[in-house]
Amino acid sequence: MELKSNDHFDAVIIGCGMSGLAAAIRLAMFGRKVIILEKHNAPGGLNSFYSFDGRKFDVGLHAVTNFVRPGVKGKPLTKLFRQLRIDRDEFALCEQKCSKVAFPDVELNFSNDFELLVSEIEKAFPNQIDNFQKLVKAIHDFNEFDLEDKDRSAKKIISQYITDPLLVDMLLLPLMYYGSAKENDMEFGQFVIMFKSIYQEGFARPFEGVRTIIKTLIDKYRDLGGMRKMKCAVKKIITQNNNITALELENGDTITADHVISSIGLVETLQLCNDQKTKAEQSNIGKLSFVETITILDKQPKELGWNDTIIFFNDWQNFEYQKPKELVDPRSGVICMPNNYQYENNNELDEGVLRVTAMANYDQWTSLDEDHYAKQKKIWYDTLALKAMSFLKPINNDSTNDKDKLDNLKKQTVYVDMFTPRTITKFTSHLDGAIYGAPNKVKNGKTHLDNLYICGTDQGFLGIIGAMLSGISMANYHILQKN
Amino acid sequence: MTKEACKQIVLDIIAEIAPDEDLSDVKSEIKLRDQLELDSMDFLDIVMELRKKHGIEVPEDDYPQLESLDSCANYLIPKFEAVNA
Ligand SMILES: Cc1cc2nc3c(=O)[nH]c(=O)nc-3n(C[C@H](O)[C@H](O)[C@H](O)COP(=O)(O)OP(=O)(O)OC[C@H]3O[C@@H](n4cnc5c(N)ncnc54)[C@H](O)[C@@H]3O)c2cc1C
Repeated sequence: MELKSNDHFDAVIIGCGMSGLAAAIRLAMFGRKVIILEKHNAPGGLNSFYSFDGRKFDVGLHAVTNFVRPGVKGKPLTKLFRQLRIDRDEFALCEQKCSKVAFPDVELNFSNDFELLVSEIEKAFPNQIDNFQKLVKAIHDFNEFDLEDKDRSAKKIISQYITDPLLVDMLLLPLMYYGSAKENDMEFGQFVIMFKSIYQEGFARPFEGVRTIIKTLIDKYRDLGGMRKMKCAVKKIITQNNNITALELENGDTITADHVISSIGLVETLQLCNDQKTKAEQSNIGKLSFVETITILDKQPKELGWNDTIIFFNDWQNFEYQKPKELVDPRSGVICMPNNYQYENNNELDEGVLRVTAMANYDQWTSLDEDHYAKQKKIWYDTLALKAMSFLKPINNDSTNDKDKLDNLKKQTVYVDMFTPRTITKFTSHLDGAIYGAPNKVKNGKTHLDNLYICGTDQGFLGIIGAMLSGISMANYHILQKN
Repeated sequence: MTKEACKQIVLDIIAEIAPDEDLSDVKSEIKLRDQLELDSMDFLDIVMELRKKHGIEVPEDDYPQLESLDSCANYLIPKFEAVNA
């Protein structure tokens, strides 16, 4: 579309990720003149997709969380379909097979049936099961969508119920990996959201991956007459008397709007405002970043006896969720095999995929020169591949040393890729590669400016479904409900 | 406008915003929330559709007036008549 300088909009949405798209759909649905401005050429943000060497990749997608089956009402997924007026079939969600949390000496399997987790805890932690049930009751009674809720430590509250620190760590690991912006803890409301979305609801994935979801959102938005401008970064937010007066774009144009919703992150947004210091809120930049290795296999994982959908692992005596001192902390992480979903008609992805995620140090990755960057990627690819193998059925029972184990994997490998914190910042502009954004969220989305609101990652609803709900809530709360 | 016509308008809106609800047996005098799975986001959408389709404004303070089909009719009929006058 053509954007003219001095164009005026009811609302401008900064960022065409999940939250920005959802917010924009809501506003367009009710006749607001709305435009999405996106820095990149592709939509999707942190959960986009790309092609390389003729292969299609998802940037992130391990699992769409919050899965509930058709007919289940009143859950985030169903609210989302209603609010966006999308038929659930359009997301084409297929359920996971089975996932697990694996620690030294103990494993907990879980699936989209919560009872499995309960029975696993009963088996592995018989004297904690009553405590666990009490925690579940407390979670049930909590209103996690209270936008004015205070920040409290999840670890503290959980430990009031569960007295075995190992079980606390095991329950927290998947939730932290899939959505904590804080080191070694979570905000309790965030814990409740993640607990429900992962353990009590569940995992699913469209056969075609995140493309299906993004395409559905883009089509919906277009059908509603919404406008979208790609490769169009917002460069400066011009303010006066606690209001935005104009947005200056990278291409030199200036536009105006009654309301602006930004999905690019809190600190990232503040640093665009001309009434803020360039280093505004620096201490609220997230510290947690990640690497992920992607291994394309010449066979389906199940042919190697790898049947889990996702394995959350830790092989240290306790679980540390913090910025590592080295480039990567390989002691814990997440293994995902997108093949292991129950696709319709027993469909199978063309190739086997093994993804391994671990925490990484942004500063260290970004201080490497090109040569060392490439070398370190190779070193850490091997380290993480080996680590993953220690949680998977051996490819060849005879191989005992690391080199043989890696060689065995490499024999099944047709392609590898890896992203680092540097990649994340390059493609999503999130400062310090912090996927989960700022540790201190703004739940009500308010900023120092009356007509600027935050949605998505830094409003505090995380993940694909969370981000969309965040966009919806902020559009409702700050714009639709107001007049 | 009759009460029945007004209730039907509200039911049509609910059918549109919550297609997964069974509306075949909604009781006029019972709160909508007690017989259907509707939350505050859904009520916002009822309000938004009333404005978009019928030009009727329901200020936030008046949302409780929409709690049942009967109360909807009582509250909305004068508004419909004002708009159509
Ligand atoms: C590797 C990885 C794996 C993940 N796996 C999962 C998963 O399995 N399941 C799950 O639920 N979630 C997963 N997530 C998390 C999920 O992707 C995010 O929580 C969600 O996509 C966040 O959406 P958002 O709209 O808040 O932000 P973003 O997606 O970050 O959207 C912000 C957009 O703003 C754009 N932008 C930035 N600066 C500007 C500017 N100045 N002007 C204009 N535009 C700008 C960015 O390019 C971006 O497109 C994963 C994330 C990553 C990175």
